[in-house]
Amino acid sequence: MQAHAPARGHRAIRVLLTLCLVLFSSSLPGAAQNTPLLSGGVGFFSSTFGGATTYYPIIEPLAALPLGQHFFVESRATLLETYSPSGNSTQGYQHSHFIGLTYLQGAAIANSHLTVIGGSFLLPFGTYNERLSPVWIGNFQDGPLIASLGVFGSGSGLGGQLRGSAISRARYSLDYVAYFSARSNNTQFNADRSSGGRVDLYLPEQRLEIGASYVRLLQGTHENFSGMHVWWEPKDANFRLRSEFARGQHAIGYWSEADYRLGGDSFWGRFEPLFRLQQTFRLNQNGGDSVPLVNTQRADFGLDYNLPHNVRILTSYARQFSSTENANVWETGIVYRFLFPAWKGKGL
Amino acid sequence: MITKSSLAGFLLLAAAAAFFGAAASGTAPTPRTSAKAATKRQAAQPSSDGERIFQQNCSRCHNAPETFPQSISGTIVRHMRMRANLSQREEQELLKYLNP
Repeated sequence: MQAHAPARGHRAIRVLLTLCLVLFSSSLPGAAQNTPLLSGGVGFFSSTFGGATTYYPIIEPLAALPLGQHFFVESRATLLETYSPSGNSTQGYQHSHFIGLTYLQGAAIANSHLTVIGGSFLLPFGTYNERLSPVWIGNFQDGPLIASLGVFGSGSGLGGQLRGSAISRARYSLDYVAYFSARSNNTQFNADRSSGGRVDLYLPEQRLEIGASYVRLLQGTHENFSGMHVWWEPKDANFRLRSEFARGQHAIGYWSEADYRLGGDSFWGRFEPLFRLQQTFRLNQNGGDSVPLVNTQRADFGLDYNLPHNVRILTSYARQFSSTENANVWETGIVYRFLFPAWKGKGL
Repeated sequence: MITKSSLAGFLLLAAAAAFFGAAASGTAPTPRTSAKAATKRQAAQPSSDGERIFQQNCSRCHNAPETFPQSISGTIVRHMRMRANLSQREEQELLKYLNP
């Protein structure tokens, strides 16, 4: 049975690609501003952890296709090649590659307060997975240590999602997301059976967002995950503070990240100093998450540079402390964000 | 301790910075862009609802792309509506802001 899984995966991709092509064609006579787009990031990163350097070129393409006034199809994929030291006293490097869909979802905008999403979607636990995981958005090239809590192995769910703005006023807004995901062992749409959601309160005048997330794993040993996040972006400043706390049944952790863009298009204005503090606590060794197996503290100091033409350089140094090993982590990378129409539309 | 490969990485990035920096100094503004002005005005006082919506919802998560053709502005706004839970009115204001 296992041997047929990749074949089924490829068949599913072919069916989905055909569907996308049909939908793509049907949107041809659309409005001039609604041309389907291709976006994403191309990056080359290096990470030196405790003296061992790993290189990984990555491409993350994203396709978005509006269908009329109420429907929207969107998908993102990852093509990753990893070159890491062979280890075990062997010289040279070994490499591995990964190609996979991150998500493929269709959305129907029901009304001003409700959007219905179906397909494979990013799990809405916390903020990192949905908002900061694209390679062209994240300030640091690696995610927080607790990034896997509440989003399981793949970070994606397969099922349905309801989301929207419950209340939207000048002084505050309340957003919600609720989802259910079925279990799937498909190579491209791997997902765990789970359900959960997130609620965000945003205060525009204070530029303050406070949110809470909850997820329950509904397969194997049922587990609960809960989290909170606070984002603050003071008005008239280029400073951003983002922080998140997550609790699972096997680990707890938090991260807090501050960044400041000096501002303007000058040489110095394009610098973006960063700082991130992280701490994780291991409650027991039973979890299948990727949180460190021992209590860990880490401080990241970064300096990004926003070049013209949507190119960004990311550099950082981190010191990681744990009972098993203290290590230095050096990371450097360059990312190009591309964004263009899928074809030459009327508006060009 | 910084390894030789890390140092090589830093040097490579510095060279890239110099290259793109030099390229930028000779770049002329492209007429088909619509987000260039938005990027520059991110920290300034919003002069319209659309600009306020842009500042509060788009740049909360990411830096705006420097440029993009107007033909995809509606698609970008639809994506933002779904991702940032914008209302229909906010979607229209944002579209007006990106296509003045």
